[in-house]
Formats: sequence, structure tokens, C-alpha cells
Amino acid sequence: MTWRITWATARRALTQIRHDHRSIALILGVPTMLMGLLAWMYSDQPGFFDQIGASLLGLFPCIVMFLITAVTTLRERRSGTLERLLAMPMGKADFLGGYALAFGLAATAQAVVVATLSLSVFGLDVAGPAWAVVLVAVADALLGTALGLWVSAFAATEFQAVQFMPAVIFPQLLLSGLLVARDQLPPVLEVVSMVMPLSYAVDAMKHLTTSPTVGASLWGNLAVVLGFTLAALVLGAATLRRRTP
Amino acid sequence: MTEPRVGDAAVVVSDLRVVRGGMEVLHGMSLTVQRGTVTGLLGPSGGGKSTLMRALVGVQIVESGVVDVLGLPAGSPDLRHRVGYLTQAPSVYPDLTARENLSYFAAVLGAPASDVDRVLAEVDLTDAADRVVSQMSGGQHARVSLAVTLLGAPELLVLDEPTVGLDPVLRSDLWSLFHDLADRGVTLLVSSHVMDEATRCHRLLLVREGDLIADSTLPELLVRTESDTVEEAFLKLVGAGPAGANGDR
Repeated sequence: MTWRITWATARRALTQIRHDHRSIALILGVPTMLMGLLAWMYSDQPGFFDQIGASLLGLFPCIVMFLITAVTTLRERRSGTLERLLAMPMGKADFLGGYALAFGLAATAQAVVVATLSLSVFGLDVAGPAWAVVLVAVADALLGTALGLWVSAFAATEFQAVQFMPAVIFPQLLLSGLLVARDQLPPVLEVVSMVMPLSYAVDAMKHLTTSPTVGASLWGNLAVVLGFTLAALVLGAATLRRRTP
Repeated sequence: MTEPRVGDAAVVVSDLRVVRGGMEVLHGMSLTVQRGTVTGLLGPSGGGKSTLMRALVGVQIVESGVVDVLGLPAGSPDLRHRVGYLTQAPSVYPDLTARENLSYFAAVLGAPASDVDRVLAEVDLTDAADRVVSQMSGGQHARVSLAVTLLGAPELLVLDEPTVGLDPVLRSDLWSLFHDLADRGVTLLVSSHVMDEATRCHRLLLVREGDLIADSTLPELLVRTESDTVEEAFLKLVGAGPAGANGDR
């Protein structure tokens, strides 16, 4: 891994985002709008909004970053830029690290904006500290980035890449404990939910919803999310080939 | 039939076989490219030109054979900043400006930042440097991609149809640039299916259906085939089949 190349890749990816004003508006605006809508829907039951608000705050960045990364990486693969880069002194870790860095920064911006507005304007009430909410949201976004990178290897078109989102994210979302508490799921599904990273992302946010302190359970859940992220990056790296048929 | 490593050969290919999609697309090709020359790789599309180039750059999985580039096996990490590769389809980021693209690739190669202005001038894009590539014409887009290969100090340039879609003036300018580079010791392998570009090459490799059917200079080729133009020579060789060529099956 060469820091110069990793950093150049991150800067390049951020420059691409910077040129795309509409995407910036969507990245920042859509989750904000959805959180606002949710707060409005539950304006008569603020307790319920507090219960699921933080979890959703963690899921939006994951979904958005999954889509952005899957499509961007697919473009790299299909346009020949990836082949060109891999014929240069570019390491796979530089490529993945550059993207993780750039999208991690974009996700941080998103999480800060959405969390700030949710906590101040929309009246979301969490017991834990705001910085921890942002931290979990960023970890979730990195998870989305890593999953998107990996999945892009199996998509031949951008249309397919987008279709992978419901296939990869939705089952995790359904079993994450957001709709039905995980210990009340049928036993088989409960076991399945244990090997899905989003379950731990939701657990981390639930912890912050109810507990005023940042404890071992939060760090444990965060560590699991980051572990899945690293595993997905390693799987993603295995799909980057210098030599192709 | 392994050829000895010649001191002044930039590329030595020996008995190269490549299979793509279950089909053998190169059938044991052997050739040598001398340093500091412009070598034209000609032939109909689908004949294996791009596959050969991909093998030289080390991005092609090869079935068997030896591919040595600048004295090292193709694809060696040490070669990655010494070999410039232009793919047939322009491979740059369409949502960045020409300058942003070149700055990025220069950083990856470890080339000095001043290289960006130099290569922009070499491909005649200085005035369009700050335009987003997706808003450029097809020819400009292709030239941004070509400029990337000129960054740093490559010793070998593998260019897959660098002049396709360019107007005659620009094409002539680029061929002058190729010769300037060759005079400085750079080796160029340039593919084309425009036969008249053969007149600008020191040496010609004619490829058809995965076989090398000629490896000679243009005058030699015309004499041997008793032809007046490359086109005619090529048609005669195609009619004669692979016999009489250096790259026997």
C-alpha cells in the first residue's frame, strides 16, 4: 500500500462527487427528508420516533453508500479505468483504501448533517451522546461501501448493481430487529440474523437510544460491524484481478 | 523455438497461446520488437491485435508461451511505471476534467506534476484542459486517454488504435510525436486497421486470425508480395494463407 496513491484515489473520487451536484443534494437531502417525514408521521407518538429514529439514522448511510459504491466501482470495471490502474503501480489496497476513505468522508458529512438536523430540528431524543450516533452511522456507511464494492463484481450493468440493493440490504433490514425484536423471531431466522452485519448496526443504535453511557456493548457491536466491513473489503479485493481472461 | 534474449529487443514473444471464451485466439505467436522503433501492428479486427497487446502489458491471462518486456516477464511489478498502455476504448473518467484525470494518473505513476502540462501540449489539448471529458468531442476524449500513457517516462508504449476517429492533421501530428519519442529511445507498438499508417512505421507486424502472417519493413513486404500498397500486400498474404510468414503455426 502506497499512501500517495491511496490519497490520490480518495481525492479523485471526492472530486468526482464534487462535480456531481445533484448526487450531493441527494446524499444529504434524501435521508434528511425521510427523517423529517418520519418525525412528522409520529408527531403524536414521539416515543416511537425516538425508538426507531436512531436505527434508521444508521441505515440510510449504509443504503446510500452501498448504491454509490456499487455503481461507481462497476463503472471503473467496465470503462477500462480499473484495468488501466491495475497496469500501473496501483495496489489493490490503494484502490479499496482510497474509495473507503473518500466515501467514508462523504458518509461522515452525511451523518453529521442528518444527525444534527434530526437531534435539533426533528426532536429526536437519544440517551447516548450525539458523537456516538454519528460514529455508528459512519461505521454503517463504511459497511455499505464495502458491501457495494464486493457486489459490483457480480453485476454486469448499472441496472443490475441497483437491483442488488434489495437483494443484499433488505433481508438484513427485515431481520435486523427493526420490525420484530430479534429474540422473538422464529429460531432459524434468529440464527440467520446473527450472521448479518446490519443486526449489529441496529443493536449499536438501540444501545444509544436507551443508554446514556458508551459501554462495552456499543463497542462490541461496532467491532462486529467493522469486522464484517473488513471481510467484505477482503472479498472485494479478491475480485480485483490484474489479469483477466 | 525459444528465441535468445537480444540485448536491444524491447519485446520478445515466443510461442504465445491465448484462449478467450473457450476459443484459441493466438496460436503460438512469436515476435520481437526492437528498442527505439515504431512498430505497426496491422490486421483486420478480431484478429488478435488487442489480445497480443493485453498480453504485453500483463493484463491478459495467457495459456502458454513466453512474453518478455524490457527484459522482464510481462506484468512484472517493476514494469508498471515503465510501460504505457492505451486501451482501444478511451479509459479515463468522463466526469472529471482532462487536467483532473491527468493529475490523478500522474500521482498514481509518481510522475512530476509538471508532466500534466507537457502531455496536454503533446496531444494538443492545452486549451481544453479544464473541460469535463464527457462534454468533449470523441476525438478529444480519445486524446485525453492517449495523454495518460505519455505521463512519466515510459520506455515502451503499447497503443491500441491511438489515431482512430481523429482528423488527418491531428493524426499526422501524433505520428510525428511517436517518431520524436522513438528518437529518444522509446519503443512504440501501435495497432491500426488504417493501412496507410503503415508507411509511418519502421517495421510492420501483420496479424490475421491469431497468426503472424508478416514481420518485415514496408519496402520488403511490397517487394515480397509484388504489391504497390500495403492493402494489396495484405490481401495477397491473406489469400496465400499463413505460409511464408515468420510466425508459422
